[in-house]
Amino acid sequence: MNITLKCFAGLARHLPAHAKANAAKVEINEKMSVHQVIDFFKIDREEAYLVILNGVFICPPDRDSTILVENDTLALWPEVAGG
Amino acid sequence: MSWAGKLLRVNLTTGEITTEALNEEWKNDYLGSRGLASKYLSEEIDPACDPLSPENKMIMATGPLTGTMAATGGRYVVVTKGPLTNCIACSNSGGFIGAEMKSAGWDMVIFEGKSPTPVYLYIENDHAELMAADDIWGTSVWNTDEWLHNKHQDPLLRIAAVGRPAENGCFYAGIVNDLHRAAGRSGVGTVMASKNLKAVAIRGTLGVGNLADPAGFMKAVNEGKAVLAENPVTGQGLPAYGTQVLMNVINEIGALPTNNMKEVQFDGAHAISGEAMHEPRKSDGRPNLTTNAACFGCTIACGRISTIDQGHFSVENKSKYWGNSGGLEYEAAWALGADNGVDDLDALTYVNFVCNEEGFDPITFGATVAAAMEMYEDGVLTKEQTGGIEFNFGNAVALTKAVEWVASGEGFGQDLALGSKRLCEKYGRPELSMTVKGQEFPAYDPRGIQGIGLNYATSNRGACHVRGYTVASEVLGIPEKTDPLTAEGKPGLVKAFQDATGAVDSAGLCLFTTFAWSLDNIAPQVEAACGGGWTAERLVEVGERIWNLERDFNLKAGITSADDTLPERLRTEAAKTGPAKGIVSKVEEMMPEYYELRGWSSDGVPTDETRKRLGLKD
Repeated sequence: MNITLKCFAGLARHLPAHAKANAAKVEINEKMSVHQVIDFFKIDREEAYLVILNGVFICPPDRDSTILVENDTLALWPEVAGG
Repeated sequence: MSWAGKLLRVNLTTGEITTEALNEEWKNDYLGSRGLASKYLSEEIDPACDPLSPENKMIMATGPLTGTMAATGGRYVVVTKGPLTNCIACSNSGGFIGAEMKSAGWDMVIFEGKSPTPVYLYIENDHAELMAADDIWGTSVWNTDEWLHNKHQDPLLRIAAVGRPAENGCFYAGIVNDLHRAAGRSGVGTVMASKNLKAVAIRGTLGVGNLADPAGFMKAVNEGKAVLAENPVTGQGLPAYGTQVLMNVINEIGALPTNNMKEVQFDGAHAISGEAMHEPRKSDGRPNLTTNAACFGCTIACGRISTIDQGHFSVENKSKYWGNSGGLEYEAAWALGADNGVDDLDALTYVNFVCNEEGFDPITFGATVAAAMEMYEDGVLTKEQTGGIEFNFGNAVALTKAVEWVASGEGFGQDLALGSKRLCEKYGRPELSMTVKGQEFPAYDPRGIQGIGLNYATSNRGACHVRGYTVASEVLGIPEKTDPLTAEGKPGLVKAFQDATGAVDSAGLCLFTTFAWSLDNIAPQVEAACGGGWTAERLVEVGERIWNLERDFNLKAGITSADDTLPERLRTEAAKTGPAKGIVSKVEEMMPEYYELRGWSSDGVPTDETRKRLGLKD
């Protein structure tokens, strides 16, 4: 199953080599949860502070129960802020 | 304690300069900086006055922690009645001049009247003198800075100055200090120029040593610095990516205003983001970002120092823009970029350089260009008005021409210098101005982030993110995550952020500390510096008192509850994409609860009970 994985700021190092503009089409297993995808790409769960699936923030308690589907976009940031 | 205890009063009409003791009662009620200067302004001018008349005053003020070893203790503010908004204006800047003013022995400088000829104020500790500025009138901030350094033969002189747009009456001119830090919003630079005051040059060598409890202060300061260093935002994220790290975040959640807020997501967001600033350019192999930079006493160092490819069209044959200078912060990158549909990072950087060089607000400028581009695409404006060039969204050349025109005051630049409210009114399309109380929005769409919309609508200086930055909670989860799409609970959240911000500003600290600190981290520093029982609770009360004082000023200036709203577009045209698709701002739904929590009547006026509780005048 294909999704778009986006990793920004200090998490960009986890992207595959073919990534462009901090985004890459990647293949994952069916019925993986948000946490399983984060683990799959060897990203520290705590470091992936801001987890946004298709534009919507996924709260930490929901990251085990939220299952990705084909063509989803999962975007990850460490804890960041600005203004 | 920690306050210098005295202020400088400069009568520009007569040339008389006098010294006064700081009002003891007021500093205990308003702390310093934004709060204390707002109190002085409220007491000394008629809020209904013309902001560009000699009757208006302009106050440069520091806080009790400015110039101390507190992390980020380098902030100063400019408080006046703003010409862009006709409201009270408080514009905050970092850099080094605030600490220099304090080290020269002054908590604040009050400017009144109008000089008959161009002058600048030179301060060296106790010595203060008005000097002729005829030779630098009509020149840029950067030229003024160089001229003053050469004249006084002092490389450590700290300088704040206005550029040509301020002199020409541009409604959103700022005051630039240390070449690329700025008290940028609401037109405070326009007020300064209206007084024939070109610059303030300060050398202070006295230091800030009158702390109430020096040992306790160093302990509190060191504990605070450890918190900042260990926090991932203030210790890692901001130094590495600056505020520009937000560009992709806000676009991803569908709250990045695009093309004059017609859209909420921008296809070119990544190309103008903090991440892109790190990437080598295809053209010359070098990144836009050279390094980060810190203001006085700052252990965060979020500032951006950038370079433009020398072959880029914007700087061809313009060598003065080829070196390192102040780079893009998020708000400027959004206003110049996404809001105009322009994704050329070097073009935005050039425009930002010119805004620094000539001293005008890139947020209001960018948003005004966006309104003009929408009017051009609608056929309201034609090449006849726009200097003979296409002025459509996405046009980087038009953007760079526009900044040069505002800088010089030529041609279409005279229209753009009006700001979007006056510009759109002039051409019969007032609904296309994305403003509150005449001031343009920052970089967060109120349809996708509901709380920030309420903050914009109620901000005492017009649309502003740094009066109550609820984005921290609604998007970034600081101190705790709230749902950006719901209105529920937001009035309380907005009030809490607004009141806390008033205290942080008035202490002389940078708001960015609050990504790691709460008022519980700040109160021990203020207490050790000032003495007298400063707790987090008292700081909140000071913040609330300041908010109501500013509100009173605006009410007397003619603002009513009808002005506490957002443009029709945001209330009636739903977001077209992203999580907020189909949603409009619920600002009207939130307002009654906000007024109630504030202790205001249904007309938005502080009640007698609220005034009594906060010790405000009837």
